[in-house]
Amino acid sequence: MTDITKRSLLQAAALSALAATALVGCGRSEPPAPAPGQAPTAAAPAAPAPAPAPQKLKIAFAYVGPVGDGGWTFAHDNGRKAVEKEFGDKVETSFVENVPESADAERVIRDMAANGNKLIFGTTFGYMEPMLKVAGDHKDVRFEHATGYKTADNLRTYDSRTYEGAYMAGVIAGKMSKTGTLGVVGSIPIPEVVRNINSFTLGAQSVNPKIKTRVVWVGKWFDPPKETEAATSLINGGADVLMQNTDSSAVLQTAEKMGKRAFGWDSDMTAYGPKAHLGSAVINWAPYYTKAVREALDGSWKGGQQAWWGVKEGAIDMVSVAADVPEDTKKRIDEVRAGLKDGSFAIWKGPIRDNTGKEVLAKDQVADDKFLGGVNFYVAGVEGKVPGGEKK
Amino acid sequence: MESYALLLAATLNAGTVLAIAALGLLVNEKAGIVNLGAEGMMLCAALAGFATVVHTGSDALGFVAGAAAGALLAAVFGLLVIWLNTNQYATGLALSLFGAGFSAFAGTGYVQAKLPERAQFSIPVLGDLPLVGPALFRQHPMVYAAIALALGLVWFLYRSRAGLVLRSVGESPESAHALGYPVRRIRLLAVVAGGALCGLAGAYLAVIYTPLWVEGMVAGRGWIALALTTFATWRPARVLLGAYLFGGVTMLQFHLQGAGVEVASQFLTMLPYVATIVVLALISRNPAWIRVNMPASLGKPFHPGS
Repeated sequence: MTDITKRSLLQAAALSALAATALVGCGRSEPPAPAPGQAPTAAAPAAPAPAPAPQKLKIAFAYVGPVGDGGWTFAHDNGRKAVEKEFGDKVETSFVENVPESADAERVIRDMAANGNKLIFGTTFGYMEPMLKVAGDHKDVRFEHATGYKTADNLRTYDSRTYEGAYMAGVIAGKMSKTGTLGVVGSIPIPEVVRNINSFTLGAQSVNPKIKTRVVWVGKWFDPPKETEAATSLINGGADVLMQNTDSSAVLQTAEKMGKRAFGWDSDMTAYGPKAHLGSAVINWAPYYTKAVREALDGSWKGGQQAWWGVKEGAIDMVSVAADVPEDTKKRIDEVRAGLKDGSFAIWKGPIRDNTGKEVLAKDQVADDKFLGGVNFYVAGVEGKVPGGEKK
Repeated sequence: MESYALLLAATLNAGTVLAIAALGLLVNEKAGIVNLGAEGMMLCAALAGFATVVHTGSDALGFVAGAAAGALLAAVFGLLVIWLNTNQYATGLALSLFGAGFSAFAGTGYVQAKLPERAQFSIPVLGDLPLVGPALFRQHPMVYAAIALALGLVWFLYRSRAGLVLRSVGESPESAHALGYPVRRIRLLAVVAGGALCGLAGAYLAVIYTPLWVEGMVAGRGWIALALTTFATWRPARVLLGAYLFGGVTMLQFHLQGAGVEVASQFLTMLPYVATIVVLALISRNPAWIRVNMPASLGKPFHPGS
């Protein structure tokens, strides 16, 4: 069929209509349009042209998941909202959701820079190389990369000490577990996640030295049905308290369904499993985001830095602890929190052995950030081996 | 022993979504139509089912809504490929892309929503048996429905007149047309039925299996279902077994991990597709096999009177 017929025109029209609809709603920008009722009507007299407003700082956020994941991306978006609230009309923020950790990321971030954003946040590890590349081409734009380790003159990294939240969850889990077996649904075996599994186990062993932890890896950050299957498998294997380092609430919901206990991760997830929920290890990005924006506004922003914030800076906390957690355990959580705040308590303090019996930290030796950044072993009490994972 | 019973139960549950969707695709492939839109239909149906349960509190209505959403999208696809003779593969891909985008866009209001609590389902007496009870008789009714559906399809396709007509339309639409059967209408019906079953599978996923809505939550299960129909060489009973096999592989991998045996999850994720390619290679080498199993006019457009 070479000649253009009515049929092929119809085909083309139908297919392009499908494609166009699929593309709608990919990007969104705040602030939203004025609410109906406030929209100027054609009959309204034309207002005189206002004086040019002072230049707003345009800020863009690239998210790896949907804002509605109730976890990781949701927490970042709460940070963005805090920036809006703090700086009001001095800033204009926008975000793009579901930016995959692939060549697409570079395209999206390049677009953001080209559209006049002067401060760009990329909120997942996989944006590291794309951001580095775009930062090289846009020297007048400031870039902030979450969880990465490469910096440039106009690119710096920030991260949160999620393992502090994991440790506090562990303290509760060690107290509440009846079987003595904990389960963790892991995403991808990078040091960050392995460190969280270990810290969770160390916390649990601080109240019950006999605790064992089982780990199941799903190989993804976000796949709710798979997270459900992994959680089911852990419960079937005898674990009665679960934690997860994945981005949805599926693990907590599975525990709720099967009458076991679990934690919220990244955001407060109480609502997703009120009976199963023991507490939520939350990340609060607001302190860092407001600091970064303030520096961008007053000109003191500098690239090349690496921030790693935790309980001390107000970036990590354990919230909504369940009512049936004993008082002495709640008190212990308060002590840990206070100790992390004033620096009197360290989670990673020797003697710590890995699960093959090798001593990784000698007695009274405290791990530095370099050590923590390269954790690729399980501590004693965690079963199995770390999958031949990537090293940072 | 106990843990194997639970593993079996989890496997049956994991295979159910795949089985229902793949059986639906089997119906429309038997009629000669390949619908690559399964993933998109399942996503839209998952959202429709979930949203319906949020508003009405009724699982049954959620399943109906999911099936209706799948049927509706399949009907649009059917009109395009059957009456306008668009390329089936391209149109199906467009439907998958559309379904993913549209469900994400329309579902933004439901991402934080929660479904009401449900009691654990159990068949009286049988569910209380030791070992066998937890393994086989405490599943959601949909798990048994999937098995009944496979058996029903075996009867329909190979024992009923209507099934014979459906197969003839997929084998040789020209002959069926010459005998006076409305080929295009039969194909449309088959496509709509396939869409409805994909929709039912999507709704089961979001309402029962993982009771939440997040965009992209079908996470490739539509594509696995498509691979499954080929892997099972278009036989309903084999589709059912294949679904439990693919569902079981995932559960087994987690079970092994928990027991300290290491298997790369990426390798297992790849398995269904590799298995499908192997089967395709096998049946394309053996003409006898193709004649027996693959609908001869699969994917080919039909112009009456041409």
